[in-house]
Amino acid sequence: MKKRLVSLLAMATMTASMFAACGTTDMGGEAATEEKEPATAEEIDAEAAAVDLGEDTGKVLNIYVWNEEFKSRVTDHYPNYEEVDATHGKIGDVDVVWQITENAGNAYQDNLDAALKGQADAADDDKVDIFLIEADYASKYCDTDYTMPLSDLGITSSDLADQYEYTQTIVKDGSGRVKASSWQAASAGLIYNRDIAKEVLGTEEPDEVQAAVADWSKYNETAKKVADAGYTMCSVMDTYRTYSNNVSGQWVQDGKVVVDDNIMNWVDDSMALVEDKAETTYALWGDDWAKGKYPEGKQFCYFGPAWFFNFCLDVDKEGTVANDGRWGFCEGPQSYYWGGTWICAATGTDNPNLVKDIILTMTTDQSVLKEIATADLDCVNSKTVLGELANSDEGNMDLLGGQNPYAQLAAGAEGIDLSNLSPYDQGCNEEFQNAMKNYFEGNATKEEALDLFKKAISEKYPTLTVE
Amino acid sequence: MNKKSKVVRYNKWGYIFLLPFIAVFLVFQLIPLVTTIYNSFFLHMEDGLTVVGPTFIGLKNYSTIISNGDLPKYFTNTMIMWFMGFVPQILLSLLLGAWFTDPSLKLKFQRFFKTVIYLPNLIMASAFAMLFFTLFSDMGPINDILKNLGVIKESYQFMSHVWSVRGLVATMNCLMWFGNTTILLMAGMLGIDPALFEAAQVDGATATQIFYKITLPLLKPILIYVMITSLIGGLQMFDVPQILTNKTGDPMRTSMTLIMYLNKNLSVGSRNYGFAGALSVFMFILTGVLSLIVFKVTGKDDKDGR
Repeated sequence: MKKRLVSLLAMATMTASMFAACGTTDMGGEAATEEKEPATAEEIDAEAAAVDLGEDTGKVLNIYVWNEEFKSRVTDHYPNYEEVDATHGKIGDVDVVWQITENAGNAYQDNLDAALKGQADAADDDKVDIFLIEADYASKYCDTDYTMPLSDLGITSSDLADQYEYTQTIVKDGSGRVKASSWQAASAGLIYNRDIAKEVLGTEEPDEVQAAVADWSKYNETAKKVADAGYTMCSVMDTYRTYSNNVSGQWVQDGKVVVDDNIMNWVDDSMALVEDKAETTYALWGDDWAKGKYPEGKQFCYFGPAWFFNFCLDVDKEGTVANDGRWGFCEGPQSYYWGGTWICAATGTDNPNLVKDIILTMTTDQSVLKEIATADLDCVNSKTVLGELANSDEGNMDLLGGQNPYAQLAAGAEGIDLSNLSPYDQGCNEEFQNAMKNYFEGNATKEEALDLFKKAISEKYPTLTVE
Repeated sequence: MNKKSKVVRYNKWGYIFLLPFIAVFLVFQLIPLVTTIYNSFFLHMEDGLTVVGPTFIGLKNYSTIISNGDLPKYFTNTMIMWFMGFVPQILLSLLLGAWFTDPSLKLKFQRFFKTVIYLPNLIMASAFAMLFFTLFSDMGPINDILKNLGVIKESYQFMSHVWSVRGLVATMNCLMWFGNTTILLMAGMLGIDPALFEAAQVDGATATQIFYKITLPLLKPILIYVMITSLIGGLQMFDVPQILTNKTGDPMRTSMTLIMYLNKNLSVGSRNYGFAGALSVFMFILTGVLSLIVFKVTGKDDKDGR
């Protein structure tokens, strides 16, 4: 018996220690959160003008990214960049090293966090010089000293004047200093199937379709018509971002999670539409969700920004609505944005002049931005360039049946209000949608689903309170 | 004298051969185990770049786990899904094992079939779960077939109903592991002295009688082994439901297992080291206790002191 006990214990030890290993990662260091006094634009500009960056001493430029997008933008559009191999390049004498870590499962942020925490002690050649961030977790990095204010690089507000304001609001720290810059304006709208619009609404013209979905009550009426004709609008998850971008307060206020009224509107509107079979509950990017890209999917619309046109509608596949050029684009019920990538300079970089030049060239140089817009079909962060595109045939898109969406995209970008962003948005949005799916599918009451959301948040962000 | 020193020298080699194992065991198992228990007494968590702790808080993590009532729920989920998969799995394995080892059946292509039934185990669990997710999605092939056959009119949402999700998880686990179990049971069956079968046949026993009166009792040690390993594996069930339900354990967390719960507290954005440590200790105890129970119950009338 004793022997058995021993072997049992050994067995249990081995199995238990398999997951025990997860709990022992040792992470040291406190996050340095700086509390600078709010500064006016003039003060910040004066600081920027006074900056003397000195000579670059670094031989290696480390760029932290999660995919190939920025690399290909730099390769194609940054002057003097020479590609060496898949993760290396050269700008003059400086070696460029691309530290590419997948975004999935938070791997990119984990890797970046570890690098930033070790920045002070890292060898010169290993220091992070540039890293990229997305809107959902922008404030996580912009609110810390790990990210340099652009003014410390000598970039003034007049350098950034042609950018859309929301792309700067999102990356301002508590003192009002802009901490990152983007070449994209990811304003989004409603992408509708022209054939279904013609059948149900009697028109496929963007302006007239826009009138039918101009606000949520009109949208809901149209949805009922669409459902009666045997189609669905889209998934409730498609409309979520439009509601969540137009909230009256942040997800987290004084360390407490607050569910905004507009988010609850999403819940109630969506439930009504799900009950009428006007909307589905499919998760974004799933197979069921993707069926709407084909005429057989019988789906009226998707919600998405400019990058959605090219990357998400399977335009190259035979038989898709996009391939036939039968999508149309209008602003939809409310302005919102989705995604976009920002360039940050890491504190402690030893190549400040080069970093400054990359940021300025890639995000403010109008000729480069025009190139990006026409070659890569990005909706770029320049009022001038978008204005030019809106008034020229260069902006016409085949997959939209020749429609030029830039006027709507530019109008949308002007209307975006991002004052209610918080560092917890990604987790809160994701968990809220997951929890509410149970309510929509009849597996829980609204209260139960809300409780589930709170529980999930307390697990994901243990430092927050939910009650 | 001479003889004695020789024994000592052999002993030395024994220890030397053990060294690599002990080193690996210490570094990768014992030290993590001890530090996990140590961590469980601290308040230590991270939100992104914010770090709280570590502060010593004694048994508070443990009392939180006991009081919030999540542990029994996810334990029940885990056990239900394990049981739903284990029962068909062991029945299937016994049947296949009995067929394969029965000399009177003279089954052909045995090697081929043994390979085939083992194959599902070679697929990564996550890939397998992805496959099932696609197969059973609302517009997936299974729903298409059922609709075309006229069994259902509208797509059945497999992922939105408690028992269909649990059933799918159980089916996958069963499919993945029955080949492995069959091979273990066959080894056990082949280890039984053929003279016993012959004697029984001479005495006029039927195949059913032989199976129940001879094969099963003599197979007990292997059955216990299979049960315990499966139970421990079942408690650690993670990848299949995690992928199938997209991390949520939906609907309403009825398919969330213990390890998925642990993962919730120690993954993207959330690193609640202390709490997760305490959770791990609970599971450690749970695994030990369950294994002991299975061992005691099934080994009760085992008199020959194996």
